[in-house]
Amino acid sequence: MAVQDAGVPRLAGGGSGFSVLNDQRVRGVLFQVLLVIGVVSFAWWLISNTAANLRAQGIEFGFGILWNTAGFSINQTLIEYQENSTYGRVYVVGLLNTLLVAALGVVLATVLGFIVGIARLSNNWIIARAATVYIEVLRNIPLLLQIFIWYFAVLRLLPAKREALDLGPFGLLNIAGWYAPSPIFGEGFSVVVIALLLAILGCFAISSWARKRLAATGQPFPVFLASVGLIVAALVVSLLLVALIWGRPLTLEYPTLGNFGPRGGARLFPELMGLLLALSTYTASFIAEIVRAGILAVSRGQTEASYSLGLRSGPTLRLVIIPQAMRVIIPPLTSQYLNLTKNSSLAVAIAYPDLVSVFAGTALNQTGRAVEFILITMATYLMISLITSLFMNWYNARMALVER
Amino acid sequence: MADTSMTDLSYVRTEMVPDAPAPRRDTGFVGWLRQNLFSSWANTLLTLLGAWVIWVVVPPLIQFSLIDAVWTGENREACTTIAQGGVLPDGWFGACWPYVGDYFAQFVYGRYPFDARWRVDIVFVLFAIGLVPMLIPSAPFKRENILYMSVIFPVAALLLLTGGHFDYGPFITGQGFWIDYLILTVIVCAIVYAWGRATGTTSLGPVRVTGLSMVAIAVLLFILGIDFGLSHVETDVWGGLLVTLVIAVTGIAASLPLGILLALGRRSNMPIVRAVCVAFIEFWRGVPLITVLFMSSVMLPLFLPEGVTFDKLLRALIGVALFSAAYMAEVVRGGLQAISKGQYEGADAVGLTYWQKTRLIVLPQALTLVIPGIVNTFIGLFKDTTLVLIIGLFDFLGQMQSSFTDPTWASPVQATTAYFFAAVVYWVFCFAMSRYSIFTERRLSTGHKH
Repeated sequence: MAVQDAGVPRLAGGGSGFSVLNDQRVRGVLFQVLLVIGVVSFAWWLISNTAANLRAQGIEFGFGILWNTAGFSINQTLIEYQENSTYGRVYVVGLLNTLLVAALGVVLATVLGFIVGIARLSNNWIIARAATVYIEVLRNIPLLLQIFIWYFAVLRLLPAKREALDLGPFGLLNIAGWYAPSPIFGEGFSVVVIALLLAILGCFAISSWARKRLAATGQPFPVFLASVGLIVAALVVSLLLVALIWGRPLTLEYPTLGNFGPRGGARLFPELMGLLLALSTYTASFIAEIVRAGILAVSRGQTEASYSLGLRSGPTLRLVIIPQAMRVIIPPLTSQYLNLTKNSSLAVAIAYPDLVSVFAGTALNQTGRAVEFILITMATYLMISLITSLFMNWYNARMALVER
Repeated sequence: MADTSMTDLSYVRTEMVPDAPAPRRDTGFVGWLRQNLFSSWANTLLTLLGAWVIWVVVPPLIQFSLIDAVWTGENREACTTIAQGGVLPDGWFGACWPYVGDYFAQFVYGRYPFDARWRVDIVFVLFAIGLVPMLIPSAPFKRENILYMSVIFPVAALLLLTGGHFDYGPFITGQGFWIDYLILTVIVCAIVYAWGRATGTTSLGPVRVTGLSMVAIAVLLFILGIDFGLSHVETDVWGGLLVTLVIAVTGIAASLPLGILLALGRRSNMPIVRAVCVAFIEFWRGVPLITVLFMSSVMLPLFLPEGVTFDKLLRALIGVALFSAAYMAEVVRGGLQAISKGQYEGADAVGLTYWQKTRLIVLPQALTLVIPGIVNTFIGLFKDTTLVLIIGLFDFLGQMQSSFTDPTWASPVQATTAYFFAAVVYWVFCFAMSRYSIFTERRLSTGHKH
């Protein structure tokens, strides 16, 4: 089968015959031709069956359906959506909701995962044990069950619709969701944003200049302090300026508790909260193990060598340990991010309007166009995976040890 | 001068001072506390933080599941407060264990007929008999054990769970199944023989092996076709832990051989084979399982010729098996890559063919290396079986969800109790498996240290 010793015909078995079929190259070609014939005819069989079945059901295959009116409502939409919007728009709404929960989940899971991972390596017995228990419990319970627990058990303990838990500056919380204070942008807010962006650009410039100077003269420069100073200065100056010219650039609208429950503010639906909590705590338990493995993978000698060169513990961590640990951490971390994105499709179980729930669920059931809708959904997830793995390959190539 | 100072050394000790015991505060329990919990103010702060987290999480759980829990009762009255129509004081919040006890049989068997549940029990016992010695590395008769688990147990389980008495239709001539099977056997043997002649092999060994395996398959099919007098049980009444285990075990059993083939294909030198395998693996790994299950439940019927129908469980099984085969392939590939090149070259040097090399040299080493990975894939698969409830099958968790509709036990604590119980059960299974995986990892790593 393999073509390792190509071109050398081998005598097989009893050795009485000598055939061109014993040439591994010929066998390889023959086998691949058979495989292609097999795959193509299987695909042909599937497609012709599907076509026949669709004809029998009187369904015409085509993606024109995406421009038909959907006629159902979705409670959480990031873009404008009405009941008379098209299925194409349903797709966009679902995809955006998937990406929203994935993005928020990735941030939360990373923060929590790093904290728990480092806590597990702590010298403090109680912290290390608590982290171990966290990891072992959450990793070994199915995610779907955890989503149910958060959504149907934990969030149901919150106050009823007409009451609310007062979180002070963070708004109100009850069974119908989290009413966070919503920002209202005043006139001139864009000026503040521009100032902030310029300050961030400035930070990059400072750090690149400082690196060049360090290489040329050996003189260090407090990049971090300078960056913080620059950003704070930009914020303060721009805010004052805007306040003097136009008045308050940003006001927060706080929700208030009326007779019929909280009003105002930005509402986070309980479906999103439950899904987000379950996804991020579950994924964090895997990320914690990755972080721990990454830190343990950097040998003790690296720290000792760094100390013997005269670096203090801060720079040692920043310049020696973390860059090497990151090389081990990043690839599995990305695959966890991908898992989180794919797992967000479990949203369908608690009716969070993600891609699978509204597009491959509600819309599919309404139209009965299984082939088109499932194909589009799968292709979307495949694209996300492909883009992520392309990024991974690029990153790995960049970070790989350059051996000379 | 030196002499005088050397002679008068009365201030120098002549014997060693005995070791003083370590300070009290550095030894024993207090020392341990000081070292591990209160070594610095930052550490003390962390300790207090940890203690606070434990205080917030653990006592309420114990309160709910043990202290405030209700242990006996007939119906929802036992688990509801007075305001809700029950007997408990207002503000009560605890687990309702009599509900779980009442439904326990359903959580295990689903709606499997009462008078046939002994068959499920026998399957569980047969499975344990095969599994336990397989997991113990030092247990003898591994070969027989594998044969039992891969041939005897599946046939017995299929027979017992469904009731057997399968009816096979003709598939070539329309003259009846067994005539067609005979024709198929002759054709297969003829192809093997022709291949042997074309490559110049005179021995009839391969033909004999093929013929015997066809006969063996015929015997198994025949046994499955016999009417043992067991009642037929449709798969839509299966449920609970039974469905969870059926999906998990079938999924892993089907995905292992498929995954090995895919992994070998991905490492092949033939570009088309490699491309097909890479495309297959990356496709299944790139999509969420839930879309695979949707596909198998709504698209699979469209893929098949008109009139051919599958039952729902089998459709889910196909989806799960293909999905986990892709993951299994990546695990096995890791094992294949971990074997040194010398092994491949050595096998080539002694003149083994590709399949001999793979079967005798490569796979035994590669598969042993990846046992932990296989167990981890199995844990993932076991957790993922819960997803089948979304397409309307009743696995362990799905059976619980469906029990919520029964008004006998309807109460505000019902769902919480059920989920708590489910979490404990899943956790016990998965944690045991992950410990086993760690155990094999340790066992293997000592053998491979250089």
